[in-house]
Amino acid sequence: MEKNSTEQLEAICSQVRRDILRMVHSCQSGHPGASLGCTEFFVALYFDQMTNNPDFNLDGPGEDLFFLSNGHISPVWYSVLARSGYFKTSELKTFRKLNSRLQGHPATEEGLPGIRIASGSLGQGLSVGIGAAFAKKINKDDKTVYVLMGDGEQQEGQIWEAALSAPHHKLDNLIATIDLNGQQIDGPTKDIINLGDLKAKWEAFGWEVIDTEHGNDMSGVVKGLEKAKSLLGKGKPVMNLLHTEMGYGVDFMVGTHKWHGVAPNDEQLENALGQLKETLGDY
Amino acid sequence: MENKLDTKYTYTEKKDTRSGFGDGLLEAGRRNENVVALCADLIGSLKMGAFQKEFPERFFQMGISEANMIGAAAGLTIGGKIPFTGTFANFSTGRVYDQIRQSVAYSEKNVKICASHAGLTLGEDGATHQILEDIGMMKMLPNMTVINPCDYNQTKAATIAIAEHEGPVYLRFGRPKWPIFTPENQEFEIGKAWKMIEGTDVTIFATGHLVWEAVEAEAILRAEGIYVELINIHTIKPLDTEAILKSVAKTGCAVSAEEHQFNGGLNDSIAQTLIRNQPAPLEFIGVDDSFGESGKPEELLEKYGLNAKNIVEAAKKAISRK
Repeated sequence: MEKNSTEQLEAICSQVRRDILRMVHSCQSGHPGASLGCTEFFVALYFDQMTNNPDFNLDGPGEDLFFLSNGHISPVWYSVLARSGYFKTSELKTFRKLNSRLQGHPATEEGLPGIRIASGSLGQGLSVGIGAAFAKKINKDDKTVYVLMGDGEQQEGQIWEAALSAPHHKLDNLIATIDLNGQQIDGPTKDIINLGDLKAKWEAFGWEVIDTEHGNDMSGVVKGLEKAKSLLGKGKPVMNLLHTEMGYGVDFMVGTHKWHGVAPNDEQLENALGQLKETLGDY
Repeated sequence: MENKLDTKYTYTEKKDTRSGFGDGLLEAGRRNENVVALCADLIGSLKMGAFQKEFPERFFQMGISEANMIGAAAGLTIGGKIPFTGTFANFSTGRVYDQIRQSVAYSEKNVKICASHAGLTLGEDGATHQILEDIGMMKMLPNMTVINPCDYNQTKAATIAIAEHEGPVYLRFGRPKWPIFTPENQEFEIGKAWKMIEGTDVTIFATGHLVWEAVEAEAILRAEGIYVELINIHTIKPLDTEAILKSVAKTGCAVSAEEHQFNGGLNDSIAQTLIRNQPAPLEFIGVDDSFGESGKPEELLEKYGLNAKNIVEAAKKAISRK
């Protein structure tokens, strides 16, 4: 398959953002803020960086695996999975509605292609990624395990059990990313429980740590992921600190925790969609 | 204490059920290369050393990080592994309930949660470690199978059987040396109750260590002319309701016995089964809404009313209520 240009990837981002807003608006619930902020990251992973197969195999032999720990940003994941061929985009309209495979938080029960484990209760995804990375090592499968976490999620104790564990077991086939948007439900993360110097913390735990300074700039995100990949295979897991802006792409949603878990009304949706080009056709 | 009772179930040796787990794990590992094991700093206590030695590349020391261990076990299933986690029952359940709920049970992962030192018979360590709520927590989870074998041989057989069963399992066993009274190399069928003794007057449903107490109780009652039907409920979920109803239809009353709180355990499950199908007098042997304490296993069973003598009394009471 021919590689997508940065412009093509950006065009996909615009459509994914429209999907996020329309999904959340349709059921009047869900989490648009960090979904919008992580759009470049998801598009870069699924349309550029990962070796993955939309003809879904849960065990994923010979492919890169992605785990979403902060499951509440399911809208961006569902959109990207649909847009990359895991299931029909028309299914996005069922998000958070009765009898849907697109549960509020990702789940495996109804067999939605692309989802390998449930998430939503925070703090668990990095441990799961560690287990999947163990399995890849045993199976002599040289592909990579990716995990995305939130920054507020770093307040969960289990994360730090996992932080100790991965370097001890020399899991150099694991790239974890933290979405550093600086916001959580009750306000700015620094005012809730300050995370301090995350780079120093993860380095002290024995990880290779890189910063992706501009997490909403497609070429920056791709470069960051390529840098992270280049550090694999050297005896250490890799941490990618992804600096994003919550609500990116919609002027009245950007940079605030207020849109963490709030759906736009009709007027707000129209305003927001006016800022985002329909590039691949709405579902 | 030598067994001098007149019963077809006797013993010449005592061994801990956790050793049955350790030996079963080694055997399961030899039979299937996808079997892997994780332990939270309790290799000696869980008897996982032989597996670790024979399969070092399939064994993961996770340290005192039980939440991370459960998550990693769930992750290992993605890639076709069959992970067995090992720690004490308290840290296998209550400490990691949400991790099991989301990453294992809801996600339908093929993880085997293997829990030692369950119940009062843990002994001297006291209430902090003597979990009496674990069966309840685990049986409430959809998709979870809950197994509580009674002696070394049954625990070994159960460990081998769960490796071949697809889906999450909670396997509960214990610390003390306990009579070995079931056959070596027995077949273990998950979800199938085992009628150990036929009887007509009262059914005793027992699980775990208390099956031995029930064997002793049956002999005492028989000497008094009371004929007990003894049923070994090694699988609490899925429960063999057919066997339960069939037996109580014959005997007309029952006792259920387990090392667990009244709330949430086997007793609850039996009571629900009877009430919803064919109500009959049922007496509970278990712990009545209290924590345990330090002491020797037999002293604790005596103090909390879980030994053979208590089962005898409960059986007579059940019969009197018919």
